[in-house]
Amino acid sequence: MSPLIMLLLVIAIALLGYFTARGRAVRMVAGDTRRLASLPGFYGQNAAYSALIPAFAVFLVGSVLNRIALRSDGLGLWRDLITAYPGLVSLMALLASAAGLAIALFRTHPSFRSRVAAEGWVLSLLIVAASVAILTTVAIVFSMLFETVNFFRQYSWTEFLFGINWAPDFRGNSALGILPLLWGTLYISFVALLFAVPVGLFAAIYLSEYAGPKFRAVAKPMIEVLAGIPTIVYGLFALITVGPMIRDWLAQPLGLGSSGSSVLTAGLVMGVMLIPFVSSLSDDIINAVPQAMRDGSLALGATKSETIRQVVIPAALPGIVGAVLLATSRAIGETMIVVLGAGAAAARLNQGIGEMVNPFEAMTTVTVKIVSQLTGDTDFVAPETLVAFALGLTLFIITLGLNVLALYIVRKYREQYE
Amino acid sequence: MSDAVFFAPMPDAPVPRKGSLMVQDARTRKRNAAEARFKAYGLGAIGVGLLALIILITSILGNGTSAFRQTEIMLNVELSEAKLDKSGTRDLEAMKKVTTITYGPLLAKGLEMAITEAGIEIEGLTSKDVSAMISKEAAAQLRDLVLADPSLIGQTIPITVLASGRIDGYYKGRVSLASAELDSNVTPAQLLLADALKDKGLLATTLNPAFLTAPDASDQRPEAAGLGVAILGSAYMMLVVLVLALPIGVAASIYLEEFAPKNRWTDLIEVNISNLAAVPSIVFGILGLAIFINFAGLRASAPIVGGLVLTLMTLPTIIISTRAALKSVPPSIRDAALGVGASKMQAVFHHVLPLAAPGILTGTIIGLAQALGETAPLLLIGMVAFVREYPAIYTEADGLFGEPSTALPVQVFNWTQRADPAFFERASGAIIVLLVFLLIMNAVAIILRRRFERRW
Repeated sequence: MSPLIMLLLVIAIALLGYFTARGRAVRMVAGDTRRLASLPGFYGQNAAYSALIPAFAVFLVGSVLNRIALRSDGLGLWRDLITAYPGLVSLMALLASAAGLAIALFRTHPSFRSRVAAEGWVLSLLIVAASVAILTTVAIVFSMLFETVNFFRQYSWTEFLFGINWAPDFRGNSALGILPLLWGTLYISFVALLFAVPVGLFAAIYLSEYAGPKFRAVAKPMIEVLAGIPTIVYGLFALITVGPMIRDWLAQPLGLGSSGSSVLTAGLVMGVMLIPFVSSLSDDIINAVPQAMRDGSLALGATKSETIRQVVIPAALPGIVGAVLLATSRAIGETMIVVLGAGAAAARLNQGIGEMVNPFEAMTTVTVKIVSQLTGDTDFVAPETLVAFALGLTLFIITLGLNVLALYIVRKYREQYE
Repeated sequence: MSDAVFFAPMPDAPVPRKGSLMVQDARTRKRNAAEARFKAYGLGAIGVGLLALIILITSILGNGTSAFRQTEIMLNVELSEAKLDKSGTRDLEAMKKVTTITYGPLLAKGLEMAITEAGIEIEGLTSKDVSAMISKEAAAQLRDLVLADPSLIGQTIPITVLASGRIDGYYKGRVSLASAELDSNVTPAQLLLADALKDKGLLATTLNPAFLTAPDASDQRPEAAGLGVAILGSAYMMLVVLVLALPIGVAASIYLEEFAPKNRWTDLIEVNISNLAAVPSIVFGILGLAIFINFAGLRASAPIVGGLVLTLMTLPTIIISTRAALKSVPPSIRDAALGVGASKMQAVFHHVLPLAAPGILTGTIIGLAQALGETAPLLLIGMVAFVREYPAIYTEADGLFGEPSTALPVQVFNWTQRADPAFFERASGAIIVLLVFLLIMNAVAIILRRRFERRW
């Protein structure tokens, strides 16, 4: 039985259930609906939900089992069953639907509180929807964990974590050390933050402490527009405008490099992207500092900037640190800007410190390599492909750690003044 | 004794202030200067931000607006029966065997005729130069025209064809007579010829609606590349995101905001949602690749896969804004409903949800706008493939939204990876289209908010 027919049948059963249960309830009280515990419609609703929801649950679970059985060695019995009867899952769903309907009809009685029952079904749907977030996280972790384990079966994890060479070769004998990529990621993020944190922080200070309401109403949304621009736009900007500009005006005259894509290009553009991120978070935090603290400082004769530097900023510091950590996590996970602006060559860590820290040198990051190892023709048994999952897991763990730390700091700080 | 104490010098008495209050002393001046500097830093920071925005926009507009204009050549082409339909039966099957290789020279001949008729003479112009003036796409265009209407054979028809990418670039400032000397794809004679044709009105740079409707084109013919497939693919994905993320997001928010008891499970959900909002987008791409393509067996590059991945990414945004909207509905509304005998579920669905709808809608549109610009996860699920066929909504083999497609931001990335600089113009043009869509969506969100938002 095809899923589409099953779907139509289940809907038909549910409709039938709605009208039967409703009619049955009304008939049981001989048309005097005041004697029913709930409005007649709820008897129908309960029956319809009883027919629909179990059927879908069975179908979903069955389909997932099918995929697992087809792809792995476990569940041999289940695989034999579904190969013998391909429509088994749909049939079971249909049975569940019929059974649900029968139970609902059986329970239909004037004293049955069908509103409570019907709302119970709705509540269960709400809970399932809320659990999607957890399912997503679990799916993220598992999707990377399985392949990462496969990767470490073929490639030593110490080599991966501590290797200083990145040279994948699909003919074998690859060097897949993460350190050069991690260095590129951190260096570019550092450059981005070096630009974004002072600019964002000063912008936030000006907007919250100095700017009049009119200026604020114009400037704040304008800066936040930067946050709404997709990263591919920044990437293109880095590739066709900033990259050539830095190469022609800085790198080549200084004799430090001749590549359009560089750490500085990607870092600067990413910094622009992060300005609104830092500024709007810091703005909120600075605004949360109680006015009494400012008033006290001003009353002692401090100027406004002295008040800000010596009272407001220290008071807001934990929150600002949290904001910077969030921005760092954003910078580390950013993909399109570095794909288009930073280049594809991994940092060479064994060529001396000068090579490592030259900001005009092209350098690649973890995210760039995830993209390059997973696009195009991929072979999901080769370590050169599987390494992308290990890189992804590393990235996920780093950003998760930063986020949790940042949220903890911000939350802890908020409690201080509430 | 007391006098002695009175007159004794006080060890830490402050030096009495000299001068007038009207005149600032050095220290005050220094402090005021520091104050002014600090304020200037703040203003400067805002200036840097705005400057970056302006440079960004002008750079994209400056590079991209020319993509909406295209150079075309008008010529008459003789569709000779001897070449196109040797049997003379107008049998479509037989005519389909005639490839674009046969149609190309017909166009070249048409152009050469036009040149002689107009009396244009250019030194060093070869017939190969003349045929290379016309886009490689034109032969396919002519073939489609003839196959659609076989009665044209034997006639001489006027046709407007695309000029090749370099000729087009000449009128957009990418190619000059000097650069043509060094370029193997274009000769100075061709550019002179183009100018002469333009004088005679046979060549013009006009609006190019095909940029929005045509599918992508291969590396050799940037002049024909368009966004049709990408816009369609993005539209399909937005539809999937809307249909899935809105109900799931709203249901999740209702549960968390109105029903959830304070326990471990709800805490876990809350932590998860705030963390998912900050997970790098590329990680969602890995999820899509591993779960939807490798495990569930959906087809790579399909809009349904992209839509599912973007749904998961958009959910936190929608949940956060929906919860804010639900929170802003005052408790008195719920109390009133409960007071007249509604159940909690009825109070929420009949009263709170409709009142929160404008806020939910605004949040959803902003979430969709974010999803529209997302690129990285789509690269991993194969949407970077070269697709020339418009994807169908439903096919028997691939199901709903199952045919390969690209998406607007991925098309931009795709074009930046091509060798011909004409594709940079296309990429910038595509960015303009993307930004216009985002602008419209955000404007709608702002208007909705202004118009329907209620303050309690």
